Amino acid sequence: MSHTETQQSAGRAKGRAYAIAASIASFLVIVVTTYLGLLAVTFFIGRVVPIDPVLAIVGDRAPAHVMDRVREEMGLNLPYYQQFFLYVKGVLSGDFGTSVLTTNPVMTDIRRVFPATMELATVGTLIGVAFGIPLGVLAAVKRGSWADQIVRVIGLFGYSIPIFWLGLLALLVFYARLGWTAGPGRIDVVFEYTFTPITGFYLLDAVLNRDWAAFRDIFAHIILPATLLGYFSLAYISRMTRSFMLNELHQEYIVAARAKGLSERRIIWGHALRNAGVPLITVIALSYAGLLEGSVLTESVFAWPGLGLYITNSLQNADMNAVLGGTIVIGSVFIAINLLSDVLYRMLDPRTRAR
Amino acid sequence: MFMGKMNARTLLASAALAMIAYAGSPALAATPADTLVQAWAIDDTITLDPAESFELSPAEFLGNAYDMLVRLDIDDTTKVKGGVAESWTVSDDGLTYTFKLKPGLKFASGNPITAEDVAWSFERAVKLDKSPAFILTQFGLTKDNVTEKAKAADADTFVFTVDKSYAPSFVLNCLTATVGAVVDKKLVLEHVAPVTPSDDYKYDNDFGNGWMKTGYAGSGPFKIRDWRANEVLVMERNDNYYGEKPALARVIYRHVKESATQRLMLEAGDIDVARNLEPGDLEAVSKNADLTTTSAPKGTVYYISLNQKNPNLAKPEVREAFKYMVDYDAIGSTLIKGIGEIRQTYQAKGVLGALEASPYKFDIAKAKELLEKAGLKDGFSVTFDVRNSQPVSGIAEAFQQTAGQAGVKIEIIPGDGKQVLTKYRARNHDMYIGQWGMDYWDPNSNAETFTSNPNNADDGTTKTLAWRNAWDIPGLTEQTKAALLERDNAKRAEMYQKLQQEALDSSPFVMLFQQTEVAGVRGNVKNYKLGPNFDSNFLAPVTKE
Repeated sequence: MSHTETQQSAGRAKGRAYAIAASIASFLVIVVTTYLGLLAVTFFIGRVVPIDPVLAIVGDRAPAHVMDRVREEMGLNLPYYQQFFLYVKGVLSGDFGTSVLTTNPVMTDIRRVFPATMELATVGTLIGVAFGIPLGVLAAVKRGSWADQIVRVIGLFGYSIPIFWLGLLALLVFYARLGWTAGPGRIDVVFEYTFTPITGFYLLDAVLNRDWAAFRDIFAHIILPATLLGYFSLAYISRMTRSFMLNELHQEYIVAARAKGLSERRIIWGHALRNAGVPLITVIALSYAGLLEGSVLTESVFAWPGLGLYITNSLQNADMNAVLGGTIVIGSVFIAINLLSDVLYRMLDPRTRAR
Repeated sequence: MFMGKMNARTLLASAALAMIAYAGSPALAATPADTLVQAWAIDDTITLDPAESFELSPAEFLGNAYDMLVRLDIDDTTKVKGGVAESWTVSDDGLTYTFKLKPGLKFASGNPITAEDVAWSFERAVKLDKSPAFILTQFGLTKDNVTEKAKAADADTFVFTVDKSYAPSFVLNCLTATVGAVVDKKLVLEHVAPVTPSDDYKYDNDFGNGWMKTGYAGSGPFKIRDWRANEVLVMERNDNYYGEKPALARVIYRHVKESATQRLMLEAGDIDVARNLEPGDLEAVSKNADLTTTSAPKGTVYYISLNQKNPNLAKPEVREAFKYMVDYDAIGSTLIKGIGEIRQTYQAKGVLGALEASPYKFDIAKAKELLEKAGLKDGFSVTFDVRNSQPVSGIAEAFQQTAGQAGVKIEIIPGDGKQVLTKYRARNHDMYIGQWGMDYWDPNSNAETFTSNPNNADDGTTKTLAWRNAWDIPGLTEQTKAALLERDNAKRAEMYQKLQQEALDSSPFVMLFQQTEVAGVRGNVKNYKLGPNFDSNFLAPVTKE
């Protein structure tokens, strides 16, 4: 190796390091500005909502001097910019404030409600993927056939039926009439004394506790709302799978594979779906992130103590600390899931991996 | 062959199906025999501290888990009976109340209940000065004098000194409120948190307020074991309770908001009692042979109010005309069927001095005649702020329609509950529809808010409902005050009836109905009774078969 070559490669390495540092820096700048923007918009929307937050704490019947005192305690008599400054300062030191409704620190509340939503969203997405992808593939392979039409109708239904109505109907049929599943809530009251949550993900907790009776009960509770959510993500996933698959099935390598004499099954599942799977990851990640926001109506019908209900309830009471905390958590989850799907994308797509 | 074609995917699918079937197989829904499970929207509970709590669902929890000096007599709700107090006397000048405690009482913790605990409960409520504190401070208690005015004379004698010679019924009625709950001083003192004193709050500790948010230090038939906001509240039998012990080992409240969901759970047997049934679901429940319903009128009245800042609504004839524009019968038989009873006076049925009168009928001709007298022959337009929840939005729409017949064009402005309330409290409305729940079980509570308005200025300090509607009534305000000091119960009742009559004739309040609380109950639950207010929804007598 000559002298100049070493210099060149050292220079290249340096340049690459700069590039990486620059991309990390620009990423950080984007994240920070996104967060600040998110905070500012939510904060000021919250302050112009024509609801008096003090009312939520002390109620309609409180005497005037109590209301004034609470308003002062909450700093609501300060100018908006000062309130915002104080809030951001708190967040930077890890203090998201206290929810006026539950009087707990917001993060304590969210630690309690978020696992409920996340567990439901995870099971829902699993169901959506398990059924959505095969249906999408089927529709693509049998394009224009009755199977394709049926899949399309299923998807259309999932998109257009109000989840509130479908949820109640599902409860009526599977819980009230047939008795196949358990009713609303996460767990039966009989377990209220024996079951201790560890992680907040009840299915996992039941396994950790080796409490199979509880596991069964929790599963019976989650299956209905999760299937419902799964149906909605299925509608989206199957449609996207179909279009990605159609795109792949027209590629030349498929023709080459057929010419090689590969079985149709291997061509579809081994080749086409594998390539269609890469963009599908983004689709699944986004639909998962969407479910993580908490489906307010599903949570309401199934009395599911999750994030969606928490934030809605907070919003209606102008409990802005809780709303802001929830927004930050959801924002972070969105960013994290997007990053994760980016990384997965790179790992699975050889073209991005090599470089 | 069919089996041969069975591949991995089919296997997986059938496994999933089998799992679903397995999960749901027996699920013979029934709650444990010693446990009462209730579904109820309990999201209004923000604290379990009796010195701070002032909402509906916690009133029921506290009413069952704490005891007060005196309690409302469920059999005759114009009277009180002893709680931890065995007897009491009132001095001749009407200023000093001396309570003798029942002997040998214990808190759930095992600590003895002494007059010192009672005095300290008063002290912390007054010094913390949270929403319900005024129920005690209206007797002249202040942060500086409370230790003198509410005092333990000896271990079982508690002396309460008031600043005026009030009607004894007023004083005793107020002491039944949850703010008067006796808390376990010794236990709470173990949990006080230090506080930096400030101008607003001069004390160096929080009197256990932080711990009491979720903690429990009472002596009622049940003790509160666990509360998770918007999720569940669990009460257990208190074995140290002095009275008859509850048959139930525990009561569990599950937070369920939807009426339809509650009904399904009740039908399936996953809950024993459903508390938020709407008329449609209630009807289905009442037709089910396995279920029963129970109901009780509650101290909450619904009304439409007319802001007197609006020159049209301020005319006496217009106020009267509006009372003829309500189709009382139709509303009673549909929109509030089972959940309320038409009532045109502002005092709740069952309270001392409640006036039974309903002179107004739906009469458009009469309303038109009155409008013409007011010089509004061609009607007028007015806005109406309405919460977007039932039954008020339905009633508002019905009223919009019937008022239209008389030529009054009403524009409904729908809004979220707290939003509409914020506007109402700032007196920026024309018309408002809402409810008012009694602060404590005494006629003064509603009389003070509907027929007194000490200062009608925009910055008035006592913002009663009369103030919110800018109804300036110095005469009625005086009469309301006087009724407080009338020590003859019969005369006192008469004074309140007179106030209600005046309000009926000339107030800007179109009274609509008194709320009825209803519950759907499984057939095997016995003795489940709702009381006249939430802190007297007593659960101790309930049994299950």
